[in-house]
Amino acid sequence: MIPASRRRLVVLYVVLAALLLGLGSRAWFLQIAKHRTYVALANQDRIRDIVQPPVRGEIVDDTGAPMVSNRSELMISVNMSTLSQQADGGKAELARLASLLGMSSRKLQLKVRLCTVGVSQPCWPGSPYQPIPVDDHVAGKVAIQVLESKRQFPGVTAEPQPVTQYAQPIGTAASQLLGYLQPITAAEVKKLGEPVTGFSGVDLVGQSGLEQQYDKQLRGRVGENEVTVNAAGSVTGTLRKVSPKPGDDLVTSINSKLQVATQNALASAIHKTQSQGNSKARTGAAVVMTTTGRIVALASYPSYNPSVWSGGISARQFKRLFGTSDSEPILNRATQGQYAPGSTWKVTTTAAAVKDGYSLYGDYNCPAATTISGHSYANDGAPNLGPMSLHQALVVSCDTVFYDLAYSMWLHDRRGANDVTSPHAPVQKMQADELGWGFGRDTGVDLPEENPGTVPTREWLYYYWKDNAHQGQNWCKYGRANGSYIQQIEYDNCQSGNVWTPGQAVIASIGQGYVSVTPLQLARAYAALANGGTVYAPRIGRALLSPDGKVVRRITPPVTGHLPASKTTLAYIRSALAGVVTQGTAQGAFGGFPLGKVCVAGKTGTAQVAGNLATSVFASFGPCDHPKYVVVMMIPDSGYGADVSAPAVRQIWDSIYGLEGHQAALPGGQLPALPRINKAGQIVPAGDGQQASGKKHASTRKPGSGQASGRSRA
Amino acid sequence: MTSLRDSDLGRKPGRSSPGQPARPVAAYRGLAPLAPRQKFPGPRPGSRPSLGRRMGRLARRAVARKSPLRHLDWVLLGAVLALSLMGTLLVWSATQPGLIHSGQDPRTYLMKQLMNIALGLIFMGAVAFLDYRKLRLYAPVIYGVSCVGLVVVLTPLGSIVNGAYSWISLPGGFQIEPSEFAKLGIILMTATIIGELRHGEARPRLRAAGIALAVAAVPILLVAAEPDLGVVILMLSLIIGLIALSGVRLWWLGGLAAAGAVAMVAVINLHLLKTYQIGRLTAFLHPSADPRGTGYSAAQSKIAIGNGWWTGQGLFHGPLVSGNFVPEQHTDFIFAVAGEELGFLGCTLIIVLLAVLLLRALRIAQRADDQFGMLVACGVAIWFGVQSFVNIGMTMGIMPVTGLPLPFVSYGGSAMFADMIAIGALQSVYRHRTVFT
Repeated sequence: MIPASRRRLVVLYVVLAALLLGLGSRAWFLQIAKHRTYVALANQDRIRDIVQPPVRGEIVDDTGAPMVSNRSELMISVNMSTLSQQADGGKAELARLASLLGMSSRKLQLKVRLCTVGVSQPCWPGSPYQPIPVDDHVAGKVAIQVLESKRQFPGVTAEPQPVTQYAQPIGTAASQLLGYLQPITAAEVKKLGEPVTGFSGVDLVGQSGLEQQYDKQLRGRVGENEVTVNAAGSVTGTLRKVSPKPGDDLVTSINSKLQVATQNALASAIHKTQSQGNSKARTGAAVVMTTTGRIVALASYPSYNPSVWSGGISARQFKRLFGTSDSEPILNRATQGQYAPGSTWKVTTTAAAVKDGYSLYGDYNCPAATTISGHSYANDGAPNLGPMSLHQALVVSCDTVFYDLAYSMWLHDRRGANDVTSPHAPVQKMQADELGWGFGRDTGVDLPEENPGTVPTREWLYYYWKDNAHQGQNWCKYGRANGSYIQQIEYDNCQSGNVWTPGQAVIASIGQGYVSVTPLQLARAYAALANGGTVYAPRIGRALLSPDGKVVRRITPPVTGHLPASKTTLAYIRSALAGVVTQGTAQGAFGGFPLGKVCVAGKTGTAQVAGNLATSVFASFGPCDHPKYVVVMMIPDSGYGADVSAPAVRQIWDSIYGLEGHQAALPGGQLPALPRINKAGQIVPAGDGQQASGKKHASTRKPGSGQASGRSRA
Repeated sequence: MTSLRDSDLGRKPGRSSPGQPARPVAAYRGLAPLAPRQKFPGPRPGSRPSLGRRMGRLARRAVARKSPLRHLDWVLLGAVLALSLMGTLLVWSATQPGLIHSGQDPRTYLMKQLMNIALGLIFMGAVAFLDYRKLRLYAPVIYGVSCVGLVVVLTPLGSIVNGAYSWISLPGGFQIEPSEFAKLGIILMTATIIGELRHGEARPRLRAAGIALAVAAVPILLVAAEPDLGVVILMLSLIIGLIALSGVRLWWLGGLAAAGAVAMVAVINLHLLKTYQIGRLTAFLHPSADPRGTGYSAAQSKIAIGNGWWTGQGLFHGPLVSGNFVPEQHTDFIFAVAGEELGFLGCTLIIVLLAVLLLRALRIAQRADDQFGMLVACGVAIWFGVQSFVNIGMTMGIMPVTGLPLPFVSYGGSAMFADMIAIGALQSVYRHRTVFT
């Protein structure tokens, strides 16, 4: 060998050794150093998560009849922007898909063409970049076939489409309390911390009402099927399988018949006052509740058909629901509406005065007007009735009796604290008792949206003044000493808004001025009055039933407090309210009502609001001696309580007990026993036989009937 | 009979190259005066020995000092056999799931590969027992036939695999890849042309190197037309490496490099490469850019290898291998199977076995009797070294994806035969090595 070759052979040794060393170190880098990364990538390659969404639980009424039911249907969609990139424009794939779906290839091709000039239906009117739905009633087997052979069907997706069904007319009558479902947002996914199917429109979450309140129980648990796939996308094995757990059913104490009747009574009362030329009366609310805190009907006007939410709400519908021009039907005015209670408030004033030492059996003067610290406060349309008992004062709703009581209490109630300079000023005696009736704070009802109403305590006054003197309503900017009525009030507020004046105390005593309550608060206060003093956090939910028929949880309204009044006082007030119906302000509205069958007691309220018609209020309970139910209605901007609300409440009482030609929603005033789930997985009324169950509510929801949807693990 | 064998052996050192001085016969190991022949008594006249006796005699002869078997490089052969065995198991593992899936005999590829190895070993043996100097005579034949084959693949007789016309389909389902034999042809032709120094020459003349380059250009251009980029890279490495090793002047090598650079620029600027080739060449730089397209194989192969860790998932138990995620996993991407199923230790074993193979080849080159033998051995070393690097590097994402199999490990008949013939040539050079130099 020549020397040059020998030298260069050494170079070859070195070069080849370097190459092999390079390979070895690269192998070490991939297999040892980066092992974890590649294991993750390998799993991403070969493991696919098939997520099965659970079927959402139903919301049923007190007899087990569904108000909202859910099922999921599989929808096959074709993304033409993916298909058109294929050599033949996706024709072969569409033909394969058509045969799988059992439709003609031609029909499928017509379905996916775009609607342009000269193209008539069937065609796709949407964007070419959107997946085009081609079949929305697909058998689960077919959908799984599509999902598992992604290689064969690029651009074709099978998504379970949840279908929410609302029974009618209850769905519309109870729209606000049921709430609605919307696709889950990223933030909500994080909050719930559970796997989602990854398809928009599949993972729905309750956005208001019972759907939101009981979302966790209703939604169930998703099933996960972890399978291994080969490069062709065919399933080769199962690693882990968790079946979906359907959501629990929520049994409510809502009585469908009564809910509809209540909604109708409320609507017709509003329509009636509208037809009398009062166009401002456009909203209202009514509550039917047991005296133990179970809500039987909760009506809010205006209402809407919740099926507008299914399959994506249109912009027009959204505007209608949330816009003020249609009075925001989305609001649940029974819990969110804050209205002046008017004379229905006098029961709290009476109880507070008696507790403060004024005799329950004394005589109180009822002049036509009374002058308090320079202002004259008149009886609303009432003449001088002379001395009378508190019973009579409630029956005829004499304002001046309560003005004098309130002023008297104001006079000896820590007057030094009335110039409120801090939020820590002591609460006045009268307002302390009103808080005890459950006003001025949330009721704790099982609905997510609620307003607290207002009890004008000194603390509240401090913030009210602080927030509005130089900001908010900006009294000091707009107030005029010699301006309009509103401007004068603003001027006064600016000057002395932080002072608890006798005038404010007097006006508050008859449920006006700063006082506001929600209809539900008023209902539970009257329930407490009727039941002897127990204040409940009202409940709509009665029980949660698992799909296999177990009672997961019984829901009873929790006790949140007791009225600051003695049993004697309450009994006295109850008998006075019975008199209101027989001989007082509601005598006309209840004329001819079969009080012998069901004795109803109540109190009218007509809260004057500056610049508007009065808020018409009627709060009632019955039967008088052993009260079972409370019925409350509030209609702002409508007129006298005795004229608008009381007759409507009478109709509701008729519907509860089946009086005056109405069908009884709750015969004998008995709530039905808790419905149960039969062997077929259907909710049936308690005591309903097997043979009769089939035709009752055909809504079978066997566990594991959820449909599959796939997503690759990311 | 014995004298015939003697003379046979005695002829071996005979110079076929007139430029080299004859060496004394005794200078070769195994040619020393032999022990008395009586040790191996001939057959008694008129009587045919029994089968047992004949077998025994063959066995004794096989282990005798001057037996050709004793003069083989057993370490080299061991490495080759070990690589082939590992390859067979990996091919079996890589093809079994697909065969089961399509309802075929899961051992189809295992059997075929075993047959390839057996045939390959026969070819190797035949070449090993040939005097390597006679390869000079066969060089033009191998070269010519494989060039004709390369022309044929470009005609309609050739079949297209992965975008390249590199196979000739024969009746009966057999296929031949002429480029595998063309590699051998280039090595032998180049070694023949530049391995013969004229008397008094210290290094090959430029003219010889030029001729070698021209001769190699024919198959290179034919392969480029297929187009099979990997083989072109390998052939260029071979011709350049061999010319360098032949001892030409350094400035000449520099000129060659410059010419190569000019050619590269021309190739890129004149768009001589097809789009998919440029894609393949650059895809390994950005594997995530197009994971389902050109970079798919590279990406999946890397994942499979990375999934192996120290000891791998076990033979037949690689999830990605059994899921068929790596395309061509029984041929070009067989190393990915090793990576996932045998882990880092298995990969290291393959690399070490390749290192042993290359080391032995270079050792044989070092001790070769003449320039021709040295060049043949070096050519084989470059061949296996570069091809292994390109192949394994491709599976690990440090080389572009080309169609080069891993020697002895990948499934394939043509490649196995060509590789085994090359080992045979190495063995032949080894057998005739000089004892001292």
